[in-house]
Amino acid sequence: MEMPTEKRYPIVMRDIEEDWRNAEHSMGTSIMAVQFDSGVVVAADSRTSMGAYVSNRVSDKLTPVHERIYCCRSGSAAHTQFVADIVKYYLELHSLELNTLPTVLSAAQLFKTVCYRNKNNLTAGIIVGGWDPVHGGSVYSIPLGGVLVRQPFAIGGSGSTFIYGYCDANYKENMTKEEAVAFCRNALSLAMARDGSSGGVIRTAVITKDGVEREMLPGNELPTFFEQ
Amino acid sequence: MSGVGSGYDLAATTFSPDGRLFQLEYAGKAVDSAGTVVGLRCKDGVVLGVEKVIRSKLLVKGSNRHVHSVDTGMGIAVAGVLPDGRYMVNRAISEAANYKSFYGQPMLGHVMCDRLSQFMHLFSLYGGVRPMGTTVFLAAYDRNGPQLYQIEPSGISQRYFGCASGKGRQQARTEIEKLDLKELTCAQAVKEIARIMYTIHDETKDKPFELEMSWVSDDTGRKHVRVPEEVVSAAVEEAKRAIEEADMSD
Repeated sequence: MEMPTEKRYPIVMRDIEEDWRNAEHSMGTSIMAVQFDSGVVVAADSRTSMGAYVSNRVSDKLTPVHERIYCCRSGSAAHTQFVADIVKYYLELHSLELNTLPTVLSAAQLFKTVCYRNKNNLTAGIIVGGWDPVHGGSVYSIPLGGVLVRQPFAIGGSGSTFIYGYCDANYKENMTKEEAVAFCRNALSLAMARDGSSGGVIRTAVITKDGVEREMLPGNELPTFFEQ
Repeated sequence: MSGVGSGYDLAATTFSPDGRLFQLEYAGKAVDSAGTVVGLRCKDGVVLGVEKVIRSKLLVKGSNRHVHSVDTGMGIAVAGVLPDGRYMVNRAISEAANYKSFYGQPMLGHVMCDRLSQFMHLFSLYGGVRPMGTTVFLAAYDRNGPQLYQIEPSGISQRYFGCASGKGRQQARTEIEKLDLKELTCAQAVKEIARIMYTIHDETKDKPFELEMSWVSDDTGRKHVRVPEEVVSAAVEEAKRAIEEADMSD
């Protein structure tokens, strides 16, 4: 009697994680923006990963789209860079026609239009923060679906899930610049400690009517909390 | 029939040897022979007034609108060929709506002025179309304060404290220059415009007219609306009385 023929399956050696050589550059990320008394602070970690490999440990996720308007990028690095370039282009033309600084709302509206109309083809979670002469400092959040919402502070990226409690408990209205920066650094440090896709340095940009001050806090100087 | 322009005035796309665009000048003449339009930029807003010549006794009062709102805080008065003016108004409405949708906030007055200027100008760049036979008076009240713009068929636009066009523009301008526009309020401006319109209107020579007015001011919540019927009637009564008294004292 013949043995029934078995179906043969090819033998594959594959990582448990997606093969990093072919993985998309993703910014598993921790980003946030906070409105304080005289402006806005935007902050981000610096890790870009391709699967399990950290392809850039010092990336800059804080992208200017105008003199006093920044965006924090999370999701696909390629998608968010492209979207930010488009918005930068339109904002420049807009401010030339207006002959004055554009409002943060206009920038956020442009981001929303691009993200919403192309929602099927984009993975982009963006936080817009800036200062304009009409409304002062403002923060807008545009998560994955393309909804636009204004918030006193916003957090985003994969690392943000770990710090919702911390942020809700520690946010105060009308903080000073120093308080706002410390709030961001503490929050992001906590996120980076727990999220494998976030890490590196903490970059901050403080935006007020007087300009933008950018700083970088190296990994060995991050605020520390409970360490096992 | 050879006139001044002979040969160089057949298309808006043709310059004359002395550098004139005759079609644009003729378009201006269409405006100059139409009803008078006056705009006044006051301390607290902008008021527009139009002399609507009544072509027929059968017309319903208040019809044949010459003043239109194009956005919450912006309005346009049409001087000259009315259908061309409606085309400009529709374009302005569309521009304002698109801008609000794209940038998340209402269009500013000077931006609308630029857009309408560029639009008017288009019609002198291509063959097969003719220039608009209208001068557009744009009233706006935004975060840069009250603004009054005049956009001509050539696309030239200026910002004004007070301006006039149409049959009675020379006399109207003379009257406007007498006013202290820095101190004038919209409520006073309504009366002044009524007075100016009735002063320059010649009872014997000109056809009867209806006065249509609109304003955008602090009192209207910075919304562009028609001046209420009662206010216009009261202003017209006062204007007629003032003119009678002036006549009697001569």
